[in-house]
Amino acid sequence: MTEMTANPPAAIHSGKAAQARLRRRYGAERRFRLICMGTLAIAAVFLVILIGSIVLRGWSGFLATEMELTVTLDPAQIDAANPAQGNYRTIVVDALQREFPDVTSRSDIRALLGMVSNGAFVKLQNMVTADPSLIGQTIDIWVPAASDIDMLNKGYIERDAPEELRRVDDQTLAWIDTFEADGRMKTVFNWTFFTTGDSREPELAGIAGAALGSFWMLLVTFLVSFPTGVAAAVYLEEFAPKKRWVDIIEVNINNLAAVPSIVFGLLGLAVFLNLMHLPRSAPLVGGLTLALMTLPTIIITTRAALKGVPPSIREAAYGIGASPVQAIAHHVLPLALPRLLTGAIIGMAQALGETAPLLMIGMVAFIVDLPHGPMDAATALPVQIFLWADSPERGFVEKTSAAIMVLLGFLIFMNGIAVFLRQRFEVRW
Amino acid sequence: MQFNLKSLALAGVALAMATGAAQARDQIRIVGSSTVFPFSTAVAEQFGQTSGFATPVVESTGSGGGLKLFCSGAGEDTPDITNASRRIKESEVETCAENGVTEIIEVKIGFDGIVLANSRNEPQMSITIPQLWQALAAEVPDADGNLVANPYQNWSEIDPNLPNYAIRVMGPPPTSGTRDAFVELVMDGGCKSFDSVAALKDSDKDKYEEVCQSIREDGAFVEAGENDNLIVQKLEADKEAFGIFGFSFLDQNVDKLQGSAIDGVDPTFENISSGDYPVSRSLYFYVKKAHIGVVPGIQEFIEAFTSEDAWGPYGYLADKGLIPLPDADREDARENARGGMLLSM
Repeated sequence: MTEMTANPPAAIHSGKAAQARLRRRYGAERRFRLICMGTLAIAAVFLVILIGSIVLRGWSGFLATEMELTVTLDPAQIDAANPAQGNYRTIVVDALQREFPDVTSRSDIRALLGMVSNGAFVKLQNMVTADPSLIGQTIDIWVPAASDIDMLNKGYIERDAPEELRRVDDQTLAWIDTFEADGRMKTVFNWTFFTTGDSREPELAGIAGAALGSFWMLLVTFLVSFPTGVAAAVYLEEFAPKKRWVDIIEVNINNLAAVPSIVFGLLGLAVFLNLMHLPRSAPLVGGLTLALMTLPTIIITTRAALKGVPPSIREAAYGIGASPVQAIAHHVLPLALPRLLTGAIIGMAQALGETAPLLMIGMVAFIVDLPHGPMDAATALPVQIFLWADSPERGFVEKTSAAIMVLLGFLIFMNGIAVFLRQRFEVRW
Repeated sequence: MQFNLKSLALAGVALAMATGAAQARDQIRIVGSSTVFPFSTAVAEQFGQTSGFATPVVESTGSGGGLKLFCSGAGEDTPDITNASRRIKESEVETCAENGVTEIIEVKIGFDGIVLANSRNEPQMSITIPQLWQALAAEVPDADGNLVANPYQNWSEIDPNLPNYAIRVMGPPPTSGTRDAFVELVMDGGCKSFDSVAALKDSDKDKYEEVCQSIREDGAFVEAGENDNLIVQKLEADKEAFGIFGFSFLDQNVDKLQGSAIDGVDPTFENISSGDYPVSRSLYFYVKKAHIGVVPGIQEFIEAFTSEDAWGPYGYLADKGLIPLPDADREDARENARGGMLLSM
């Protein structure tokens, strides 16, 4: 107080120098906030560009082009006893020729057939196999168009370009116009994309196989890493003596969380494939490998969650005669569960987006059949995106972006659950 | 809200049991070259749709990686077939034999052209292999025949007929089979035509190989990653850049890109098939004979791959960019493959 009287505040705070100082401080404050806002704005712009470009390229991947054919299921071409082995290609050729009777040369017929996707034969085959009474009838059927026609219909191939620079020639263009004029060509929602496995034909490729593979893999990951991770964390947090070796384990767990994921892939290759002789490309192996990767994350978040439960809870439990196991299983873990699950879900989301470790264990593969269990060969969503991004066919560009949107959707969904759990169930002390 | 340890334990036991039950394989397993991958997968898909067997699983591991897996043993847990964008090496055959894989069927399936391409907005370039070597080598001979760090910055400095802008070529990284083939066909082929370099071959073989095969690292050649689609996109954006990639990517993007003529020959389907286009390589797949009859469908898969519908000039693989073998060779290859003739080096 004596100093205050020696230097009256007015003198310090109202002088010219003081005011300049004050202005500088306010200025610095404003600049700091602007810089912070600026970085945020830059991040937002990048996010918008990223998502915008994916959506812009990928939305059409959810649409498919179909054309209507009038096919005669000629008994001469399909053996009623064995409808799966019918000559469906010939039947489609006949249908197209009836549509365009003046097309006769072999190469023109090939071009005509090129408008229809291979999926058309499969669709006919499945229809007749399911209902053999169709043999002998003439039916109208919508079949998928070939990828080039699909691309043209969606505007990715320019009609005005000179013929030699276009993947669809003038003749085919005229045929398509006929179809369109008759109302026998339409754009529909691409259900195939959500119900089938991979294909070399962009119009037939789907993400169901990859999504199922990811599902089986995450199931294994969760079943392995959640119980072990939680048990390890409970031991380290609640029971472990404060000894040197416990410190060493702690440091190692923190280090493991930062190890590049490809290293876990190499470990998976050495242990699960070469030593234990588990099958290549199986979601089981992928799940075990990813479990190793998510384990440190789960241990660290679980320990943080356990630390968040105040000691008074444990002491109260001990006070009424609970054993340490009862105190933890009945009181501490349930209270920590929301944060613990949040950590686990974030770990799972990380595992869902991982490709590198899967490369080593053979899950970067072309797999058509849907996996029906964790032992069937399968691939995963990010791997499917990687494979499509590498394919030469133009039609895979939109499929790649569409698959990215689906993967982002899953990630947002999982993180949404984490946020929901935290907000709904978390107890604040 | 009791923590249910029992159900977790049960789940763990169930998982352990699933692990124990190793199952017999009913799917063909294929590994190998990323160049052959698009063709192999197309056959696999067709095969799965029409044959009644399970669709084969095809992995893209690279030619070398595929042969390594293929030769790692004869057991059922090793691949049945491996694809390669080059012929199997003698050392690899030896490794195979050491691990019990003694009977290998070799099937040559066709050709892949490697193209130099640029945007359609610029004129088409016509270049010779020696000129291309001059543009891309790390060291080139100067007027007196002494080796100097590559001084060429513009194409037109090499030859006035070439375009007058900076040399900028995007190509595959050294891990890629396309790069191996490019080095073998263009770099090795180009350097020979310079007397001072050719003279090195007798005096200092190591130096000769280094001079021939080293690609410049001063920014004129850009390693653009394994993804050829990325190169295609960059060429669209950068009109004065060139890219090196497989023919199928040029074929799919004819509206945006054009291939440069090399030694006066355009990279077209016909020219690569006839062998006139100089930068092309053969593609193969290798079958483990011991697995035929053990893993169901292998013989049928070979038949499907070698059918005229698949690998013929009008087959579906041609639509995917595979350049078929000449008729007579194809007939021979088909008979050898179906008859199970063994590889002999």
